[in-house]
Amino acid sequence: MHIEYFQLVDRVETIDADREHVTCIATVPESSTIFEGHFPGHPLMPGTLLIEAMAQTSGYMLLSRFDFDRLPFLIQVARARIRTFVEPGTELVVKGALEHDGSGFAVTNGEILRGEERVADAELRFRTMPFPTDDLRDIVREYASRLGVSS
Amino acid sequence: MTAEFNQETFDAVAEIIADLSEVDKSEITPESHTVNDLGIDSLEFLDIVFDIDKKFGIKMPVEQWMEEVNEGTRDGDDFFVMKNLVIRIEELRAAA
Repeated sequence: MHIEYFQLVDRVETIDADREHVTCIATVPESSTIFEGHFPGHPLMPGTLLIEAMAQTSGYMLLSRFDFDRLPFLIQVARARIRTFVEPGTELVVKGALEHDGSGFAVTNGEILRGEERVADAELRFRTMPFPTDDLRDIVREYASRLGVSS
Repeated sequence: MTAEFNQETFDAVAEIIADLSEVDKSEITPESHTVNDLGIDSLEFLDIVFDIDKKFGIKMPVEQWMEEVNEGTRDGDDFFVMKNLVIRIEELRAAA
């Protein structure tokens, strides 16, 4: 996880054949400038970044589902629950499940686990749009491939 | 494919719109334009489409509709006036 670069997923473990379920691994780093402020002497992974980790996890599934033809943008978070504290060094399993594939939008359910313990969950809605440039599509495809997403 | 206006579908769609927007259900008529008359914004409209898709087991091709409107091949009223929206939903249900 490279928090400062907003890269919150370390690897994509599985995307099922129907591309409706995804599982990612995300390990919170031991140190980050973010922990200097959140909070001094009591470092915790910000809840907003846990939501972003769920969004990125679902995003990789959607990129695969759309064969990198469309880019998902997070537009709505519903029923988000941050259920416990997450400290530096924690390995998280981040999951996403497709709820609905609509015309120009998609809805997923995200979940984060630490072992058997549920850390966070939310319903996530995405606007899905064509990539603004071919260069960006190539960059995203290459990065997703390094994480384990096949195109 | 042709379909007719269905009052039950209209009532269900009006219920969804009233639930997800600031619009009172009594203000929604078959002649209401969802954007021009009811003032539904794009994010609300997306919520409404999601609920309509789920309720009727369809996928409203809103992007295709918008393309047709932008290309000038269809009038926006064909899709976004309530009575016509209901007919579009009935067409999609029949084809599902």
